[in-house]
Amino acid sequence: MSNSADGIFFLTGKDFTNAGAASSNLKGILENMGVRPEIIRRAAIAAFEAEMNVIIYAVAGMMHYFINDEMIKVILQDMGPGIESIELAMKEGYSTAPDYIREMGFGSGMGLPNIKKSTDELKVNSIVGEGTTLEFIIYLNKTA
Amino acid sequence: MKLEEIKEILGAVIISKSDGLDINIMRAYCADLMSDVLAFSITNSLLITHLTNAQVIRTSEVADIKAIVFVQGKRPDIETIALADGKRIPLLVTDFSMFDTCGRLYEKGLRSQSDTDF
Ligand SMILES: Nc1ncnc2c1ncn2[C@@H]1O[C@H](COP(=O)(O)OP(=O)(O)OP(=O)(O)O)[C@@H](O)[C@H]1O
Ligand SMILES: [Mg+2]
Repeated sequence: MSNSADGIFFLTGKDFTNAGAASSNLKGILENMGVRPEIIRRAAIAAFEAEMNVIIYAVAGMMHYFINDEMIKVILQDMGPGIESIELAMKEGYSTAPDYIREMGFGSGMGLPNIKKSTDELKVNSIVGEGTTLEFIIYLNKTA
Repeated sequence: MKLEEIKEILGAVIISKSDGLDINIMRAYCADLMSDVLAFSITNSLLITHLTNAQVIRTSEVADIKAIVFVQGKRPDIETIALADGKRIPLLVTDFSMFDTCGRLYEKGLRSQSDTDF
């Protein structure tokens, strides 16, 4: 493959009907570009976990993606409660998800650790009461 | 193991349009936590779960799950089935419990990871 693409998906908090659709679309774009399946899987997993966090915890947000010959970069920005302690949020098993979210199969506190594991670079910034920005990069020519 | 054989072992019914009975299933993974599916399942596995919401289908797509078995007679709603049809993920329902479903499939040789892991 030798091309590039970028785009944006809008996400609505608590919209569980469409939750995951942005990551699913991103996966399709990567498949059409001929990206290697292992890379696609890592990108789709990271994007999906991050998208679900926006849907579950925030009011609204967006997912920007940038793909070129070297890397996939995805930025998720949301308006929401923010994260008080990012260090704590990154811990496996830490979750503030309410019961109805747990009943849907989420809230095991593994999302951020999964993103960390699936990506080459991860940055999380958050302001309590305003929102959260999560950015990850996966290099196309490197194995994790 | 063909999906057809899995269907027979579990006395399951296919509830999706895409039956995919000749799909070859090499691995299975069972979970009710979506993050676990994403973190630990192997590409092209069968997913065995109690959960029937739309997120199970999306999670399965992301994790390259080939087919889903819902245990204990649980059935997703029509929208969720339509979502799976759109992604060509066959859906099966069995009346067996999670334990019995996994036990029966394991007995017939289905595994989660490669045999050398055991
Ligand atoms: N975008 C966000 N806005 C506000 N809080 C967030 C956001 N993303 C994560 N968090 C906080 O960080 C915690 C840990 O997130 P993480 O994704 O690791 O686990 P989880 O969403 O609780 O469960 P899982 O991802 O396993 O379903 C969340 O419970 C929540 O408190
Ligand atoms: Mg999460």
